[in-house]
Amino acid sequence: MALSTPSIFEHLTAAFPELTLAHDEAAPCIIVPAAGIKDVCLQLRDHPDTAFDFLMSLSGIDFADGTLGVVYHLASMTHKHKLTLKVVVPKDAPHVVSVEKVWRTADWHEREAFDLYGIVFDGHRDLRRILMPYDWEGHPLLKDYEVPEFYNGMKVPY
Amino acid sequence: MGLLSQQYDDGNIVLTTAEGVLNWARLCSLYQMSFGLACCAIEMMAASASHNDIMRFGVIPRPSPRQSDVMIVAGTVTLKMASRLKRLYEQMAEPRYVVSMGSCSNCGGPYWEHGYHVLKGVDRVVPVDVYIPGCPPRPEALLEGWMRLQEKVRTFTTVRPKATDNAAA
Repeated sequence: MALSTPSIFEHLTAAFPELTLAHDEAAPCIIVPAAGIKDVCLQLRDHPDTAFDFLMSLSGIDFADGTLGVVYHLASMTHKHKLTLKVVVPKDAPHVVSVEKVWRTADWHEREAFDLYGIVFDGHRDLRRILMPYDWEGHPLLKDYEVPEFYNGMKVPY
Repeated sequence: MGLLSQQYDDGNIVLTTAEGVLNWARLCSLYQMSFGLACCAIEMMAASASHNDIMRFGVIPRPSPRQSDVMIVAGTVTLKMASRLKRLYEQMAEPRYVVSMGSCSNCGGPYWEHGYHVLKGVDRVVPVDVYIPGCPPRPEALLEGWMRLQEKVRTFTTVRPKATDNAAA
């Protein structure tokens, strides 16, 4: 049976009484603490009522107020329902627990979020840059990013 | 002056310069290195297809830089690709030519301002012989650029210019 976001939120608060989960009804999405995201994702994937077997996308956000975010879009093939999870972390210590072992898809998505936003996914088996060159400095999609003048002797600005 | 300055009726004798023959042979068999990087590559493929048939110019796409004379840089050159592109160019045997196809490889194209990852013009890493504008250029534009390149090859000379030539120019 397809579940709505509020009923999934109730399900999660019952399963994780120790976590402070928040329900953003406007979005709608569930905001999860960075340390508990992997347990929440495992529960959502393995519980037969939710059965989120598909991670549609994992993306990074710079909120430009000193925090970074990660957004998880989940879908269930069996129940045909969808869910959005959000994690907000401080920009000076952007550590999120990796869900790469929950959904294999998350491997490259987390590498991309690390590459472009500098979000560190703890527990990821191979957290390297995926799009930018390995010797690139900085994370280009941060709001305060400044384009370097030169890269390997090549002028970068127009 | 055309290739044949004189032709005799009674035998297989033609008069021309050695340079003329060499340049003619070269410009009629410019092998192309496939370097499709983005949507321009689709137009480059269309130029090879039956409607435009760039092969009638003696163009054969080669998979290796060591077998090719011309590199058509068709598409967005990222900074990550630029070092590879330079390496491939260095592997080509001389004389070698570069055709910059499309706005991206000419000057960065739509990425000129916010493209932190894009090289703003392939001429920043390799010398370019012909620039083809367009986003992407139509196959006809590529053929036009190719004929410009052929004209460049046709006028190639190993004769050192004399001081009087410069004075005249």
